[in-house]
Amino acid sequence: MSDRITVAKTYKLYIGGKFPRSESGRSYPVTDAKGTFLANAAHGSRKDARDAVSAARKAFAGWSGTTAYNRGQVLYRVAEVLEGRREQFIAEVATSEGVAAKKAQSLVDTAIDRWVWYAGWTDKIAAVLGSSNPVAGPYFSFSTPEPTGVVAVLAPQQSSLLGLISVIAPVIASGNTCVVITSQDRPLPAITLSEVLATSDVPGGVVNIITGRTAEIAPWLASHGDVNALDLTGAPESIRADLERAAAGTVKRVLRNKPSEDFAVTPDMSRLRAFLETKTVWHPMGV
Amino acid sequence: MWEYAPAPESRDIANLKPNYRMFVDGKFVEGSGEPLKTINPATEEVLAEVSTASESDVDTAVKAARRAYDRVWSKMPGSERAKYIYRIARQIQERGRELAVLESLDNGKPIKESRDVDIPTAASHFFYHAGWADKLGYAGYGPDPKPLGVAGQVIPWNFPLLMAAWKIAPALACGNTVVLKPAETTPLTALVLADIIQQCDLPPGVVNIIPGAGDVGAALVGHEDVDKVAFTGSTDVGKVIQGQLAGTSKKLTLELGGKAANIVFDDAPLDQAVEGIVNGIFFNQGHVCCAGSRLLVQESIADELVEKLHARVSTLRVGDPLDKNTDVGAINSREQLTKIKELTESGEAEGATRWTSECPLPDKGFFFAPTVFSGVSQAMRIAREEIFGPVLSVLTFRTPEEAVAKANNTPYGLSAGVWTEKGSRILWMAQRMRAGVVWSNTFNRFDPTAPFGGYQESGFGREGGRTGLEAYLDV
Repeated sequence: MSDRITVAKTYKLYIGGKFPRSESGRSYPVTDAKGTFLANAAHGSRKDARDAVSAARKAFAGWSGTTAYNRGQVLYRVAEVLEGRREQFIAEVATSEGVAAKKAQSLVDTAIDRWVWYAGWTDKIAAVLGSSNPVAGPYFSFSTPEPTGVVAVLAPQQSSLLGLISVIAPVIASGNTCVVITSQDRPLPAITLSEVLATSDVPGGVVNIITGRTAEIAPWLASHGDVNALDLTGAPESIRADLERAAAGTVKRVLRNKPSEDFAVTPDMSRLRAFLETKTVWHPMGV
Repeated sequence: MWEYAPAPESRDIANLKPNYRMFVDGKFVEGSGEPLKTINPATEEVLAEVSTASESDVDTAVKAARRAYDRVWSKMPGSERAKYIYRIARQIQERGRELAVLESLDNGKPIKESRDVDIPTAASHFFYHAGWADKLGYAGYGPDPKPLGVAGQVIPWNFPLLMAAWKIAPALACGNTVVLKPAETTPLTALVLADIIQQCDLPPGVVNIIPGAGDVGAALVGHEDVDKVAFTGSTDVGKVIQGQLAGTSKKLTLELGGKAANIVFDDAPLDQAVEGIVNGIFFNQGHVCCAGSRLLVQESIADELVEKLHARVSTLRVGDPLDKNTDVGAINSREQLTKIKELTESGEAEGATRWTSECPLPDKGFFFAPTVFSGVSQAMRIAREEIFGPVLSVLTFRTPEEAVAKANNTPYGLSAGVWTEKGSRILWMAQRMRAGVVWSNTFNRFDPTAPFGGYQESGFGREGGRTGLEAYLDV
């Protein structure tokens, strides 16, 4: 068996539930932590980012409109499929991040458990963050959290799977859709994650994944008029302020979490809250 | 139309002084900026001269707030902070009549609104938030959420005292100290609030109030020792502030403009809807960020509704803000009046049908007769831009889906109204409105327990309720 030639995988983008190459025709070499060639990843472009935003917008009404119970089951299904691909992720994380197999195993296990944690939030968010408002008058007033819309996520550069899952899951758990720019140098676990998403029940366009140069693509998302929010976690320090300035042009919600975030720590609700709006509804009471 | 004898509230009640000074570190002091003259927009007479802050005054105020934060306010138990905030609420109630008259003089809004809405709601915001000060651990942000530090707050001229209350009350309850800049044209009630705060014996520097124009606001939000910025005002300025804060660690909340749809279905109780539409757009002369400025009427009842609306709007009395019979007061400034005129002219030029109430207007002062445009298309400026005046644009729709599409066809997202007798349709509509507040079979209701704030370019962050505390906590 050892002399069998393996089937090498072509790593592509994930947009609108499909796996296109970059429209730019570009690719870039991805190496392991020691510099050995692993694969050519698609070098995503501005146009790819725009296509991804269109796909995310198209998917938003459907995904935000599903019941929280249904969304929870769809996300839990993703965890089931992740578990089935556990060995593949361990190998990819080990090569991408240059960590020992045991460490990679722990990272992947935490990542899968993290996904399960967020999957369980879908139908609790409204109860925990919403309210019935005791207003001083004959009105029934209630407030409920709703997804912000299309979120552009700059995934962490170092943590190729655990970090990635820690930034995607809270965005989609509450009903947002997203465009993710992966870790620039460690994109392969993200592409494999997109294969998991494509073979779970997550509708196409809910998560769109672009590989390439973060600093090249991020500004187009930060200034895009149909993007509602921006997660800066994986943004290079040198462009963070510029991205925020661009985001101000359409009053985007910006999550400023630092690249140094420790994803091994059990999260709180802050990443969920960052991409939620509160809607207050009033109605008179009377006979 | 009924004739009414004038019933003016006495302006003496306002206890108007010729000079007002800024409030820094517990004392009223002269600012080193160019003093401003605040005028009564109903008469164009000067009400008072108000000292303004220079950049060095901004620095002094922020330093005072920092000292008060470090030495006193952040260390004080919440239960003690609460009692100070309760004191403020009570004093606003005690001096409610004075504040109401002063507000109407400086802002131009009808006394019945300042008396029945602005001042009582300002008091209620302090009263509500006072109770949170020692209960923050129950607010859902962890067992012991921490304040942010010094809050720099910039507020608009449409609800001068109420906006000050919306900003200061949650900031103090959460343990922050405050530097607040009131609007250039309406600084007076904020400075009476400063007097109240002094009488309540708040530790010096916990609240500082520095009048001035936009440059003072820019210096405040840009000050390096400010930890939190809260701004209510136009979307254009909000974008500038968000850009200015890029790359800093300052926490920001923005409450910006709107172009709300007020949607009336064919089964709505029409007379009730007409009252709601009038309240939605003519309350506070339409100087309301969440005003129902786009009326979306189901086509089958459009003619009937517009006819009823014209009849009702004809009865609105426009004039002296201090007259208790006045429904629509003065436009706050000449600048704003010019903007309203320019936009209404564009409505005519773009082909909408203009109807304007024939009500008599005072000879002097800034007044604009209530105006309704029908035959408005979505492309017209009067359907897209925030007019911030007593001008309503009427559009029509046929199906609920079309109503949703038209209502959401705006970069804003602050509020929406829905009028129908069908409960399931209300909830269906409410769910689809991309707006922070949905009033169904009512409009323009505000309460400190009910979170308020926008989607999209109407800003981010909420004010009021448990949700509103997040803006002033390090969470």
